[in-house]
Amino acid sequence: MMAVRVGGALFAFFVGIGRVAIGLLATIGRVTLFALNTIRRALTPPYYPGKLFEQIAHIGWFSLPVVCLTAIFTGAALAQQTFTAGSRFNASSTVPGIVVMGIVRELGPVLVGLMVAGRVASAMAAELGTMRVSEQLDAMTTLRTDPFRYLIGPRLFASIIALPVLVLIANCLGILGGYLIAVYKLGFNATSYLTISRNFLEADDIGMALVKAGVFGFFIALMGCYYGFRADGGAAGVGDATRTAVVSAFVLILLSNLLITVTAFG
Amino acid sequence: MSEPKIQLTDVAKTFGTRTILDGVNLSVEPGESMAIIGQSGSGKSVTLKCILGLVRPDRGSIRVDGEEVVGAHGRDMERIRAKFGLLFQGSALFDSLPVWRNVTFGLTRGRNREPARMRKIAEENLERVGLDSRILNLRPSELSGGMQKRVALARAIAPRPEIIFFDEPTTGLDPIRADVINDLIVSLVNDLGVTALTITHDMASARKIAHRVAMLYQGRIIWRGPRDRLYDSGNPYVDQFVLGRAEGPIT
Ligand SMILES: Nc1ncnc2c1ncn2[C@@H]1O[C@H](COP(=O)(O)OP(=O)(O)O)[C@@H](O)[C@H]1O
Ligand SMILES: [Mg+2]
Repeated sequence: MMAVRVGGALFAFFVGIGRVAIGLLATIGRVTLFALNTIRRALTPPYYPGKLFEQIAHIGWFSLPVVCLTAIFTGAALAQQTFTAGSRFNASSTVPGIVVMGIVRELGPVLVGLMVAGRVASAMAAELGTMRVSEQLDAMTTLRTDPFRYLIGPRLFASIIALPVLVLIANCLGILGGYLIAVYKLGFNATSYLTISRNFLEADDIGMALVKAGVFGFFIALMGCYYGFRADGGAAGVGDATRTAVVSAFVLILLSNLLITVTAFG
Repeated sequence: MSEPKIQLTDVAKTFGTRTILDGVNLSVEPGESMAIIGQSGSGKSVTLKCILGLVRPDRGSIRVDGEEVVGAHGRDMERIRAKFGLLFQGSALFDSLPVWRNVTFGLTRGRNREPARMRKIAEENLERVGLDSRILNLRPSELSGGMQKRVALARAIAPRPEIIFFDEPTTGLDPIRADVINDLIVSLVNDLGVTALTITHDMASARKIAHRVAMLYQGRIIWRGPRDRLYDSGNPYVDQFVLGRAEGPIT
């Protein structure tokens, strides 16, 4: 009797796991199809270069303030922490070294990715979701304009273009933040700090940061557009789509960041 | 007899577990104006969306000028859609674009070409629905619901389609403005030879604009006939609906 009940519960447990796994696989399949569909259609005419520039401005320019702020303060805090932890050793080279590597390889891309995901994936999901539930996407289709080319393609490519630029800027400002703390608070020599920083700055690291940024940009726009595009159920549905888009973008950014880091240094 | 402009055969659509359309048969002749009546939620809008390929029916066939719509895609679907204009029940204006870009969207297809000419075209089409050019630069959210509906109507007719679907064109308008829209539909049909399919709850409007009326009930067309027979259809469902009685076979 007891054994049957335990067996039943165990069975239900595995059925539950199976269901979640299948749901996840199905979602991955649908998202992949959505992405391929977007890319295929966006690369065939008609093209909307105006929409692309508009989105680059939206994503890039208007994200600048928050990205700059985050980068400077994080770089500064990192320098202070490294100094505190590493002062017993060779502080004059560990501080600039760790600031440069930490910002360029990890913190710059990840922080920019998360900041922009919060701003942009949510805005895209809300905008496209509203267009879906108010039938604007259907209206566009009946007016023979493909939402994949007109709305989604430009968002996806603009995000892939804008993120690397933002990450470059963030990396510079992060290093600047570390420099300011090191020189004006921790008493480092300005010239030697810069020289050491430059020695630690490697083209490969910058390349990896840009690859990460492009991948994050892709995921941010993909999640925003995917969940917005399939929103249903009125205002509540748009709310759900927005939340899911941001959370999924966060998870994908963190996962892909780890994957790229491990692949590059593992 | 000529080929029907639009022919639906046994069209069915189920959302989840709810069967909305359950074998719709309907044909509309070229140059004809047909009205569809039926309760809210009976699937009238879904029927229009099936014809335009926005919703894919589970079974059945939909032909436009003899060409199958169900399963068509790419260029074929584009060519078929080019014949249509649709006024959405909820207007569905693009709220990020000003009125004049909304009205000409079917012509520019989203691109920013010939703005001067497009503004002129927008102005002409707005005039046909009784709106003046002062609203050209406004955003849809700055307009009243009735004005939005008329801007949406202008957007649907601007590309001069052969077939126009009107989903509740007079709902939310005052009786005078509603009659302007009725006249417009009549003139599109009589003067330009447009084929029209109108969903309406407004019996006065149905009698004015339609040659024939069809009633959708429980997923099927249960009655169709000339507009003059609307009030003596001999069908208890139609009687209850057109007279607006709470008592009757429809519950
Ligand atoms: N995309 C959809 N997904 C699920 N249900 C839908 C969808 N579109 C319409 N429905 C449902 O189909 C029914 C008929 O809708 P509709 O055709 O809009 O009715 P009406 O006759 O008032 O125009 C409604 O109950 C609606 O909720
Ligand atoms: Mg409807």
